[in-house]
Amino acid sequence: MRRVVVTGLGLVTPLGADVETTWANLIAGESGAGQITRFDASNQKCTIACEVKPKDHPWGFDADKRVDFKVQRQVDPFIVYGIDAAGQALEDAGLTDMTEAEKERTGCSIGSGIGGLPGIEIESVNLHERGPGRVSPHFVHGRLINLITGQVQIKYGFMGPNHAVVTACSTGAHSIGDAARMIAMDDADVMLAGGAESTINPLGIAGFAQARALNMSMNDRPTEASRPYDKNRDGFVMGEGAGVVVLEEYERAKARGAKIYAEVTGYGLSGDAYHVTAPHPEGRGAELAMRMALKKAGLGPGDIDYINAHGTSTMADTIELAAIKRVLGDDLGGASMSSTKSAIGHLLGGAGAVEAIFCILAMRDGIVPPTLNLHDPDEGTEGIDLVPLVAKKREVRAVLNNSFGFGGTNASIIMQKVD
Amino acid sequence: MSDIADRVAKIVVENLGVEADKVTQDASFIDDLGADSLDIVELVMAFEEEFGVEIPDDAAEKIATVGDATKYIEEHKG
Repeated sequence: MRRVVVTGLGLVTPLGADVETTWANLIAGESGAGQITRFDASNQKCTIACEVKPKDHPWGFDADKRVDFKVQRQVDPFIVYGIDAAGQALEDAGLTDMTEAEKERTGCSIGSGIGGLPGIEIESVNLHERGPGRVSPHFVHGRLINLITGQVQIKYGFMGPNHAVVTACSTGAHSIGDAARMIAMDDADVMLAGGAESTINPLGIAGFAQARALNMSMNDRPTEASRPYDKNRDGFVMGEGAGVVVLEEYERAKARGAKIYAEVTGYGLSGDAYHVTAPHPEGRGAELAMRMALKKAGLGPGDIDYINAHGTSTMADTIELAAIKRVLGDDLGGASMSSTKSAIGHLLGGAGAVEAIFCILAMRDGIVPPTLNLHDPDEGTEGIDLVPLVAKKREVRAVLNNSFGFGGTNASIIMQKVD
Repeated sequence: MSDIADRVAKIVVENLGVEADKVTQDASFIDDLGADSLDIVELVMAFEEEFGVEIPDDAAEKIATVGDATKYIEEHKG
């Protein structure tokens, strides 16, 4: 099988509109959380979220940089974030000027968990109040999940695999794993892979609140609300944004002298077969995914240095931890493990991809990002390095990234440094 | 230019994101202003909103230039 490496990164997050700003803020322990500004949330049970910041903010997002004006008007924000992150990753990889033959061998696997919920909400109201003749002609293709991939391939002329994963909060991880396999199986030489989400709208917040998934007890303390593994955790904080990586066949990347961040060596997938929203109480599905990824990577307990946990700041955190202990041992084989959702919130379909990028940067810089707000660790966390409150310097050569989603869908990715 | 022509041009600039000086009455939406068929559907909806006119599909299909739109609106505006 062909080897697959990461040669480009792109991020739009509540902590920055690019990779280095986001990473610097994450390592500094900044939080992206605040009161919702996107709409009047005063009648919602949850009034807080981790929003991507506006253009005039020190780390705000400027859509005009990489997304055509007309496209911005026609599509939901998750597509705008995805196009921008994909552009960043291509620029970082030095692949903005490819031959026609190369473009035929370049594809996209950029998904989303939910897709264009804000636009669906707006147009539903529009239909109800003003009639079918006032629904936008761009309504459908401006909300569809595969339209990040579609827009990116049109923009750059890529004619390889045109793919988009929809597996709730596992989307980003599945997108990278599936794309890596497409390269390994010789379907493509280069793949843009990742996920995006933007559902900080009235229907999105209300829906997750009604499902009892969101934190609703700390509306007055937004930066303290996402607190994975803490005894006082009480639901996740909604995030938004996008993460996209460039995956490339190893020999090709080496031959062109590309900057190689990491190799994707392990990928595991499984289902819980248990409940639509709750994870299996023993984390059996999570365990299966991690074991499969380790086997594929040819690694054993003790080989993983850093785990970016799914860790959403819900009761499920300890279920995931118990599963990881069964796979890696009670001390996690000496690995450090943190949940960066404590800083950027839960990016749902974007989470797995954004967090995979954090794993790569941890390897690059020899520093692991912190779990914010972890003041009072829950039972079962004794003897485990959850990187509370502040980032920690350590050698990182192999990383494990977990993502789990509604519907009982699990994905684990292992990446390693390339010498 | 008439008031209607000005307002039509303004809507075209806002919807298509093109330079105002390119939006002449002779300009073709597709050939000169980079619009596609769906952009024209959206423009027609915007004209209907702005001027309170109904532009039926068979009439909308004949609107190819900025001037065509201006003329139709001038003739049908109540």
